[in-house]
Parts: sequence; structure tokens; C-alpha cells
Amino acid sequence: MNGNEETNFRELGLRCGLEVHYQLDTQKKLFCHCPVGLLNRRPDAEIVRHMRPTLSELGEYDGTALMEFKTKKTVRYQLYYDSVCTYEMDDTPPFVINREALKIAVEIALLLNCRIADEIHVSRKQYLDGSIPTGFQRTIAVGVNGWIRFSGRKIRIVQVCLEEDACREVSDRGHVIVFRTDRLSTPLVEVITAPDIRTPAEASGVDREIGRILRATGKVRRGIGTVRQDVNVSIEGGTRVEIKGVPRTGMIERLVRVEALRQKGLLSLRETITARGAEIKTPSCDCGDLFCESECAPLRESVRRGLSVGAVAIPGFSGILHRRISPGKTFADELAGRVRVIACLDDEPVLFFSDEKAPCGSRPGPKEWEAVRRRLGVGKKDPVVLVRGPGEDVETALSEIAARVEEAKEGVPNETRQVLVGGETDFERILPGPDRMYPDTDSSPIPIAEEDVAAIRKRLPVTPDRWRKRCRGMLKPQTVDQLIDMECIDRFWKILKNTKCDPKFLAYTLTATLPALRRAGCDILAVKEKALVKLFLFHAGGNIIREMIPRALVRIASGRGYDDLSADIDEETILKAVERNYLRVNGRIKDRRKLFRYLVGAVKEETGFRASGRRVVWAVQSHEGLWKLQTEERR
Amino acid sequence: MSGEALEGYRGPALEVLRRFSVRVWSDVEIQGCKGTFRGVVLPRSETADDEHIVLKMHNGYNIGISVRSVEHIRVKGYREAHYKIPESEFPTDPKKPNVTLLGTGGTIASRLDYRTGAVIPAFAPGELYGAVPELADICNLKTKKLFGIFSENMGPLEWITTAETIGREIRNGADGIVIGHGTDTMHHTAAVLSFMVQQSPVPIVLVGSQRSSDRPSSDAAFNLRCAAYTAAYGEIAEVLICMFGPTSDRYNLLHRGTVVRKMHSSYRSTFRTIGDIPIAMVTPDSVVPLKKDYRKRRKDRDVVIDTRFDDRVSLVYYYPNMKPDIIDSLVDNGYAGIVIAGTGLGHVNKPLYKPLKRAVDKGVSVIMTVQTLWGYTAMSVYDTGRDLLEIGVVPAENMLPEVCYMKLCWVLGHTKNPERVKAMMLEPIAGETSEREPPNGYVVLQGGIPEVEEFLGRHLL
Repeated sequence: MNGNEETNFRELGLRCGLEVHYQLDTQKKLFCHCPVGLLNRRPDAEIVRHMRPTLSELGEYDGTALMEFKTKKTVRYQLYYDSVCTYEMDDTPPFVINREALKIAVEIALLLNCRIADEIHVSRKQYLDGSIPTGFQRTIAVGVNGWIRFSGRKIRIVQVCLEEDACREVSDRGHVIVFRTDRLSTPLVEVITAPDIRTPAEASGVDREIGRILRATGKVRRGIGTVRQDVNVSIEGGTRVEIKGVPRTGMIERLVRVEALRQKGLLSLRETITARGAEIKTPSCDCGDLFCESECAPLRESVRRGLSVGAVAIPGFSGILHRRISPGKTFADELAGRVRVIACLDDEPVLFFSDEKAPCGSRPGPKEWEAVRRRLGVGKKDPVVLVRGPGEDVETALSEIAARVEEAKEGVPNETRQVLVGGETDFERILPGPDRMYPDTDSSPIPIAEEDVAAIRKRLPVTPDRWRKRCRGMLKPQTVDQLIDMECIDRFWKILKNTKCDPKFLAYTLTATLPALRRAGCDILAVKEKALVKLFLFHAGGNIIREMIPRALVRIASGRGYDDLSADIDEETILKAVERNYLRVNGRIKDRRKLFRYLVGAVKEETGFRASGRRVVWAVQSHEGLWKLQTEERR
Repeated sequence: MSGEALEGYRGPALEVLRRFSVRVWSDVEIQGCKGTFRGVVLPRSETADDEHIVLKMHNGYNIGISVRSVEHIRVKGYREAHYKIPESEFPTDPKKPNVTLLGTGGTIASRLDYRTGAVIPAFAPGELYGAVPELADICNLKTKKLFGIFSENMGPLEWITTAETIGREIRNGADGIVIGHGTDTMHHTAAVLSFMVQQSPVPIVLVGSQRSSDRPSSDAAFNLRCAAYTAAYGEIAEVLICMFGPTSDRYNLLHRGTVVRKMHSSYRSTFRTIGDIPIAMVTPDSVVPLKKDYRKRRKDRDVVIDTRFDDRVSLVYYYPNMKPDIIDSLVDNGYAGIVIAGTGLGHVNKPLYKPLKRAVDKGVSVIMTVQTLWGYTAMSVYDTGRDLLEIGVVPAENMLPEVCYMKLCWVLGHTKNPERVKAMMLEPIAGETSEREPPNGYVVLQGGIPEVEEFLGRHLL
């Protein structure tokens, strides 16, 4: 990221907000007594369900819900007897909420300066994609209206929620989606920021900072799959688009950048369409009969298998379909993404475009396109899209393409996008609104006692911001962050308080030396805090020099002592070593600086590194040979 | 300001809302010592405390705010919710069978009730069509709301009304009857209807749901579709319960109304035929009979409705150490019949002999069933049984206790003569007792056993 790019995104009017999810480190799940943990053996049993949209509390159907009903998926859930009970199967109402999880959520909300709810209400957030067998996620707003400090300003925290995690997706092919239920119902906090982030780099920075604050509790889970971020992005003139399930902070910056550029691309596409001024029509037809003998193998094969082929023309889009709208992605990709998800058509290629260059045999020939155009009643230059699959799905696909083309006139459609492996995104669903929220009729409201909140407030851990303040003048903020990220800030502080050693050197030992030793195969877990305090006390007392610390650490790790490494070497010995080495040089080194460097090195080695650098330097500097050279130089 | 406008609020909360002229559904900004909240004021559950105001924030989440922290409330608007399924007229097709859906309440058609915070029954044909449009592909549906109550509140009046309505609908040409019913006492109603509605020419199908229809994973729609298909096209002209077979969305089972029981408090596949196999498997487009001995659908309209009923009957679940006063008090309170769910083959302890003898002597009919649910009474095997027979306790073969209760009420509605009562109780009317129990009538698989696990691994639960 360079300064220029940052300015560019500010000019685009980038607005970005995060929804940061962390699993809580509890023994049991949120609404039942199953143990938390993931399993990878063969599932013990399976159940099958289907989801139907229901009304919201305010009497509306949610847009996403209806779209997902259109996809008509059969949902299979894999069960393990030891990690899933009838609650997760949606065959038993929820049990009393996990108090431990609730406490952690309150603690996190307090750390984020939120106002804690006086009474919490369990809500149902509808998800008809099947990821939760009930068709909704039980979620609770625990705190609202908070903030964190970031780069000298406040980023607002809209809300902190406690909720249950969803299933893990195993596969999604055609009309069957398979989920594994072990992760289901694991307690999770969701931290929602306001759209106060202005650049892609800030997005990952804020995410990192929230992560640091949450980890300060010591009660969030670590490791793959325990952290997931949703990133909301919009630019001036664009729309809020949510990128779901980002597994790593490192990806956020790129995703935000790509999404901002995608929205910019879609807006310029809209300009082109508007400039052309033509009314957009999307005539469609069934045309399987035209491809019985097609030179395009996939289409011919589909017709032979009794599948339908549908065509839709998009006049007014010539030359636009394959224009790049974001790095590596075109409007045609947008269409294919939508069809893949909503119409459940995932045989590649999902769509065939008349204006696409493709090798012979994989696309219909000019005469075939001509026949389709005639049937559609469109001109020679108008692009045509073909889609094949079961009749009903093809119908859905054609109307989805028409809908997406219609949306192109508006600019950026309101949607949720999924993260693909390469850091790209693809359509996932229409962005849900507040209408998918519904009170959980299975649970009663829970009052949060002020005394309980006060008790948690009293024992809050130190936030990263406070650490930075504490270490101001001692360490650079980046070093503090490094200590926090490596979870050794507490250790750092304790050793520092107890030994009064050099903070920079201590931080270096903790963040660089110890990891390096671990990489070299040293069992650094055996190096306990007590031993470190003793070592640094020894060091601060001038008993062991800096350079010997790594060796001492290796000794500690293997349970041996390091007294013989101590700096109890007298002046006499050092001076003698200087003299001996000076004689050995015997005037061969003429340059004073070179001679100085050589002598310091040689003496250190000869004294087994037990003498501190300062003492060796002093002894070498005061040797008469050097004085002599210096006088010569002056002359 | 009316109490209605502040639904559910009492005490301090009500006072604060009144002070700032806030109504339920007001869009407000609440300022307090701890910050500002924006949202719509929701009705409060009557069972919840009187110290919090519930706000629906604009992101859809609900949150409770302590009235003690409120300093000021500014009303910014009003946004009343109209919880309504999009209604549209149910389409009719002269080629399709006519089915009447009777509504009694229960989870099958329910909506949120802010007053209690739970779900309440709701029911209208247009709503039903709006929520389950697939029904129109099956039949022409006419709906009649009889009551809107939870099934535990069903009683003789409701049973009689239902039976009489069924009679009228059949005579008026219905090709099948579906009854939406809460699941808790669905098997009680199924039993009593089996006695009150005899020789029906068409299927009478009770249906409900274990997951309310306000949840995406609800079983209501699937159950309704299966029930409608059974009523419209099924050949089994009996009182049936139509509910999930397995917990997966795969097929429903049809259970005969007199041998079925709710066996799990929350599972979808809670209804099980006891002591026999279910009558049929059903999907939204097929009924596959598993049994052959059922009453077949007829063209005539000659249904017999017999609703005579005496509710002075009690069902006593025996437990060791039961005291004689339990039986005595029933007799002293004028009960005409006692059904006992006895242990094992139909036993109670010795101290009950005397009060039971007294009951029989006073003309009270005492009928014995088994609390094991599966199996027959066999009172000649042990001395206890013989003693009880001697006293005049009538063993009811393999009739389920709840079914026996319903039958005894119905029989006592016809005669008080103990000998007649005994004869009628032992004469099966709607398959409530059977001469033989098939070997596959008692299949309660136990998890963990290798062969069962192998089965579960290969088939959907």
C-alpha cells in the first residue's frame, strides 16, 4: 500500500465496516450441553431437512429468504453422537444459555466501551442456506454504542453480539448441500463496527486491533476456523456489499481493495449503459432443439441427456459483457456467479456467451448462434447467453440473468459475496435486511444484573491501547503490538517490573530470540516465567552479558544451569587478552579502526564472551598501541 | 392512553412510558445515564418483569432497557407491525377432490404472541395458502376454524363439536377431512373421534407440527401436504394421525387413531403406533399402505355420529405406595369410571384392594390397562391379578390407557350398567384392542448396538 493508493480510495469514498467473529473458549456449547470441538472421522448418522421462508416479526418476508427458497436445496446434516444432541438437530428447544459464554461476551463488550444491555433478548436471525438446522441463528445483542481507538481516532462499535456458530459446509453440488454439525452452536462473539474505515489497509488494521482486544481476555479460541470476518464495503454511488467468512486478517486488505474496484467498475458500466440510452430488454426462449447436433460438445451432451437449453439476449450490452470490472473479473462472471448459486447450475461452463472467444468444439458455431438470434428476434450484434440444465433451473437462471442485467442499470446490487480460494469473491446471496430478525419464542428475556457487570468491569484485562501507553518511551508501538500479538506482553511486563532490565532488549528476547530458538528445535515451553525473571535479574546485575542470553536460554530449556556463562571475569584478564592479541597482530594491521574491530572480536572470543562488550571496548581503547596509531594519524 | 396501547407493560415501566407519551410501536430515542438508544418500542410479555422497556433496534435486534436509567424519551414516529401472511384466495379446480380443514389451534398454524412472548395459534385459509401454496396442487381446500386453543385445553365440548362438524362436512360431500391440532393431546382427540365418528366413508386425518410454522425448519408445511394428500386421495377411511416418520424430511406415517401415542416431548417423529405397525407411509404425492386390514373409502355419505359422552372418568397412573384415599376420593366425588394404568401385566398394591372393591360395589366401572404401553393385561398370571379380577376390575386387553379413558367416557355416555359397560369396553370398535400383537409391533431400537449403528449409518435418521 502506498500513499497514492490510499488517497485514491479516499477519493472513491470508500466506506468499510467489519463484523468480526471469534469463538469463545468455553467447555460447552451456547444453548445445550454438548462439548465444543471439531471432529474429522466418518459421521455417525445423517438427517435431511428443507427450509421455507417465514414472516418476519414485522410481517415481511426477507428478500434473502425468498431467494434461498427459490434455490430449493435439500440439506443433509452429518451428525456425531458425541458432539451433537437433539438440540442441534432442531428436535429439542434450547436449554438455559451458557452463563460462562455470556460473561465473556459482557467482558468483551466492556473492553470495546459498549453500553451493556440491561436485559438481553434472544433473537433469531434467519439463514435459509441450511447452515443452521433451525433455519435461524440464535443471537443476542449484549452491548451497543461502543468504540475503539485506532490511528488516533475513534472507530465506532455498533454492537457486540453473542451467538451460536453455524455448521461447516462439506459440499454444495446442484440441489444438495451437505453440512457437518460439530461446530454448530459453539459460542461466538460478533463485533460489528460502524462503516468508519476509509482505506483497505485500515480495514485489516482495525481487524487486527479488535483481535488484540478480544484475545486480551484470554477466553477466545485460536486456530483455523475459530475466527471469521465479514467485511462490508461500499464506495460513493455504490451499495453496501458484504463479503462473508474471511478466514484470515491478511486477506481483508486485498478483498476490500478488489471490492471497491469492482464497485467502481460496475458504476462505470452503468455509465456506459446509460450513455447508450437504449431501453434494456432481455428476451429469452427455450432452444434445446437447436443443439441436438451442436458442434459444442457440452450443449450437445446436455440435450442428449434430456436437459433443457435456454437462451437470453442482452441487447445494448455488446462489447460490455467481457469488459473487466475488477481484477480478473468481468460482468459475464457476475452473471455466472448468480446463476450458479440461485439456479443451482454448477456444471462448467455455467454460461455460454455469443461474444466470447473460445476454442472450437467448446462453443456453438456461428450458424447456431444465428438460429438462436432468429428465435429471440434480436440483431446480429446483440450478445446472447445460453444456459443448460434441468428445465426448472434453466427457467430460474434466465430470469436471474434478466434480473442481474436490470440491476446493472442501478449500479451495484446489494449482495453478500463469498470468498474464493484466490482471494476473489463471488455472489453468495442477496444482502439480508433487518426483516430476517425474529424474537426467539423459545427463550425468555434475561436481565443482566448491574452488580455482575460491575464485577466483570473490575477485573478487565489491560487493552492494547493501555499497553501502548504504559510502554510509551520504552518501546515503539509496533514492538508493543508484536508482544501483544505473540501473547507475551504480560510476561514482558512482569519481567520488566521485577528486573528493571533494558525493555528493548527484553522485548527482543521475547519476540525474536525465543522464537528463533524454538525454530532451531529448542523446547522453549520449558522456559518458565520464573526462570526468565531470574535470568534477567542476573543480567541486570551485570552478571551475564547480553550475548550470552541465548546460550543461557538453551541451558534453561534443557534443565541445566548457566553459572559458568557469568561475567565474573576481572579487568586483569581482559587487559592481558588485549595485550596478547596486540602482540599477535604484530603491526600487520595499519588502519586504526580495523585494528580496533579485530581486537574487540578476538578478545571477546578469547574470554568466552563472558565480558560485556562495553568492558572489552574500554580495555581495547585504552591500549597503548591504539593510542600510538591515533597520534600517527593526527600527524 | 389506553392500556391496549401499552400492551404488557406494568408498574414502573408503564409509568415511564406514560410520562413521555410513548405507545407500543412508537419509534423512539431513549436517553439515559448510560447512553442513547434508538428503536421501536415492542409490546412486553406479561410474564416478564415490569422494569424494562423492550426496544427493537433498527438492525432488527431486540434489547431491554432498564427504566431506572431512562432520563428522557423522544417519540420520532410510529411503526406498527402487522404480522400477516400474504393472503390470497385458495384456487379451486373442479377436477380436484374437496377437503375440509378444521382448525382447533396448535402449532401447525401459529404466530408470535407478544403478550406471552410465545406462539399463539392463527388460522385462515388465505393465510394457509399464502404460507403453503403447494396445497392447491393437491385439493380444493375449505377451512373452518372451530377453536383457537392449545391442545391441552381440549375437552368434551370441543370433541363433540369436532365430531358433529365432521359429520356435517362428510354429508355435505367432503372427500376427506383434515384436522389441525396441537400435538400434545392429538392422540386423545384421535381416540375419542374414533368412537364418536363411525363408519366414515372418507379419511379423517389429524395433523400438527412439532416445530412451529414461524421457523424455516418447521415440519408444518410437509405435514399439511401429506395430510391433505391422505384426505384427498388416501383409501383409508378411518381416523388417522399423520406426522413425521423419521426426523428427516422424508415421509410421514399414518397411525390408526386408537393405537397411537406421542412418545417424545419435542422430536418431529414423536408419534408412534404402539403394539402394531403404522397403517401407511405417506408423502405429499403418495400413500403406501403397510397394513391391509383398514376400512376402505366409500362413495356413500352414511357416517354415524355418536357423541354421547360422560366425563366422570379418571385415569389413575399407579405407582408403588399409592394410598387408598386416591381411589376413595374419586368414588366419593361421584366418578362413574376409573381407568388404571397398572404396573406390569396390570397390577396395583394390596392396600388398593379395599377401595377398589368399594368402588365396584358402588357401581363404578374400574378398567385395568398397562403403563408399559406395549403388551396385554394378563391378570391370571399372578395372585394380584387374580385378586383384582375377583374384585371386579376389568382388564382392557392391550388398549392404551388414554384410549381406554376416552372409550370409557364414551361407553358411560351410553349405559351405566356395569355389565353392559364391561361388554362394550371389550368389544373393539375402531381397532383399540387387537387379538394379536405382531412380532414387529414392538420395535424400539437401541443406539450403540453394532447392528443398529450400522443401520443408522446407512439410513437417514
